[in-house]
Amino acid sequence: MSSATTTEASHGAHAEAHGHHPPFLQHHFDTPAHQFDAAKMGMWIFICTEILMFGGLFVAYGLFRGREPEIFHLAHERLDKIMGAANTIVLLFSSLTAALAVRQSQVGDRKGTTRWLIITLLCACVFLVVKYFEYTHKFHDGLLPGTHFRAHLPAYAHHGHTLPYRAHMFFALYFMMTGLHGVHVLVGMGILTWVLKRNLRGEISKEYFTPVEIGALYWHLVDLVWIYLFPLLYLVG
Amino acid sequence: MATEVAVAPGHHEDEPDHMANYLIAARGVKSWLVTLDHKRIGVMYLASVILAFFMGGMFALLVRLELLTPGRTIMGAATYNRVFTLHGAVMVFLFIIPSIPAAMGNFILPLMLGAKDVAFPRLNLLSFYIYVVGALFSLFSIISGAVDTGWTFYTPYSTTSSSSVVSMTLGVFILGFSSILTGLNFLVTIHKMRAPGLHWRRLPLFVWGMYATSVMQVLATPVLAITLALLAMEKVLGLGIFDASLGGDPVLFQHFFWFYSHPAVYIMIVPGMAIVSELFATFSRRAIVGYFAVAMSSLGLALLGFLVWGHHMFTSGQSEFSTMLFSALTMLVAIPSGVKVFNWTLTLYKGSIWLTTPMLYALSFLVLFTIGGLTGLFLGTLSTDIHLHDTYFVVAHFHYVMMGGTVMGFLGGLLYWWPKITGKMYDESLAKVSWFFVFVGFNAVFIVQFIMGSRGMPRRYYDYVPEFRPYHQFSTVGSWILAVGFFILAYVLVKSLRSGAKAPPNPWGSAGFEWNTATPPIMQNFAVTPTITRGPYDYHEATEEELWDGFPEDFKKSEP
Repeated sequence: MSSATTTEASHGAHAEAHGHHPPFLQHHFDTPAHQFDAAKMGMWIFICTEILMFGGLFVAYGLFRGREPEIFHLAHERLDKIMGAANTIVLLFSSLTAALAVRQSQVGDRKGTTRWLIITLLCACVFLVVKYFEYTHKFHDGLLPGTHFRAHLPAYAHHGHTLPYRAHMFFALYFMMTGLHGVHVLVGMGILTWVLKRNLRGEISKEYFTPVEIGALYWHLVDLVWIYLFPLLYLVG
Repeated sequence: MATEVAVAPGHHEDEPDHMANYLIAARGVKSWLVTLDHKRIGVMYLASVILAFFMGGMFALLVRLELLTPGRTIMGAATYNRVFTLHGAVMVFLFIIPSIPAAMGNFILPLMLGAKDVAFPRLNLLSFYIYVVGALFSLFSIISGAVDTGWTFYTPYSTTSSSSVVSMTLGVFILGFSSILTGLNFLVTIHKMRAPGLHWRRLPLFVWGMYATSVMQVLATPVLAITLALLAMEKVLGLGIFDASLGGDPVLFQHFFWFYSHPAVYIMIVPGMAIVSELFATFSRRAIVGYFAVAMSSLGLALLGFLVWGHHMFTSGQSEFSTMLFSALTMLVAIPSGVKVFNWTLTLYKGSIWLTTPMLYALSFLVLFTIGGLTGLFLGTLSTDIHLHDTYFVVAHFHYVMMGGTVMGFLGGLLYWWPKITGKMYDESLAKVSWFFVFVGFNAVFIVQFIMGSRGMPRRYYDYVPEFRPYHQFSTVGSWILAVGFFILAYVLVKSLRSGAKAPPNPWGSAGFEWNTATPPIMQNFAVTPTITRGPYDYHEATEEELWDGFPEDFKKSEP
């Protein structure tokens, strides 16, 4: 293949060529800006994928709502608008704090970044706790998807009214859509925790804030999906 | 790999040597399993998809053998249903979809771009392991749980059939993520990792094909994911979205499924087109005629792929208006396909044609894909489709496209890049013999299926009336010829690995950028990032010598 001397010579040249590279720069990128652009574009494409994935559920929602608007209207009145609105505010606020975390990391304020990331994570926890109460309440009322639906039975009457059996479709969609969104909240929390860990280890700097930026980008997607779910499910039904 | 490597004093054994041939730069099984090198990941994918192709082929042989006689030949009807499900699912999800993009794309794409690696090497390795897990999961569930739905999982049969449909869909769901991550990685790589001077109009057509494929993978696969998730929930929770008795809609499943699976058909064929574009240029020693039109036609197919899913459902109960619209849109597919076929043919005209085995496969692609494409028009036409749908005519049509197209492109690409990947030459004359068997066998299997389909033989049936017996027998004998061809090819490749001659740097004298690295490439592909100063098919700029040997070390000019 190659003689010992040339191997060593080329190795030396190689090490020299990469000598000035900062530690976070991977070997196949030329500059930190190059690496940052690639990472950001990757996250944007992934967001496109996610939107198409939710797209299937939105299509199903549109189809079944178009077929039975009255039943969807009746069913949506059983959702708790107050809790839904509270969660919307919490998520919108968390998007702001995520953006502030990006800002602080860009100016090299590690403590500020940590603070805003922790607040974002706390907002996510609040969202999930509220969601937990909503779900248990639905379970209790027999508002369950598909064949598990019970709210049409007299025993589950709400203020003396029962829902028609076909309302189960609304709750099938409700649980699938908010469930998938909830999974995304969990994944987003995982990503932000990872970013937080790296920030605490001192790996984030003014020169390298890519993880904060793409983590926040993902978090905005989680927020954005909810911005559509809330009116569709809670408000217009 | 018995080449002698001098290890420099002080050079640690475990540390990969970036200037060494990628096959020997690091040693041991572990160095392969945790590698981030796109070439090694490509090789691991290649080995996996070839294994999947072998399995899928065995199931195909069993299906054909069963159909040798009416009634029971070697297996019962229930087993037959499982075997053809295995054949379809393995070939589609484990072989064709990852075959060219994940295996060859991984290896060749960064070389063509003059990049040291794909944009996200770790994501690349992750997508390989996701593929392996998904593959094992789905295989295990088909075999243990006897899934017999075919590869389409149509409701309501899939929701009422055996319970392992859930684990099967989960397996395919996992495989989908591997596909999405590969597509995402390639898109970013093509956008961000091109060498200086490699602007979009100099991009090799293989890269254009990979680009179109990746767009489809990223945008269509998530819809399959949510569809399969809903299907699984349908079985687990009794969701009812696809169940008419609960107010759901089984046709919605078909819409969702084909919204992915029609683009998926183009995810399968566009990479094949991408490979043969390279083959035609190299072995005609000419720039591809209408380069930019061919590049754009790949994107055109990607776009149209999203608009024609309804032509799989002409008889499923969608509205008459929809069927007309989808039929008209389907006819448009002929335009980008025609652009490609005519431009390839024109490239051959007055080209200096060199009939190597890869070129024979490229020419087979041209002929067989044209047959497959034209018979597609019969099926896209509403009135004829009423007669032909769900018959062997459909089976023959898509095998002409998938196997006559993609598999021929895959085999052509495999032999063309074999020296680049392994550093060894293969036995050209024996490879030609194997091509002959593959080509004749393939046509023998499927040409009669057009005839029996047009006479009413339904697809997927276990039994048939005696009138169809001669056709089925002809087809089954053809499958044996085909199998002989593949076994000869396997022998050629194994022999090359064991005792093939060392490959010269550019065995085909190609002007393609991937030949400007060492053969096989060094671990980091290029010692110095190259600067591109010409197009990938600029044979007209070549000197007499370069026309035979390729542009030797073209990039060296740009070294400081």
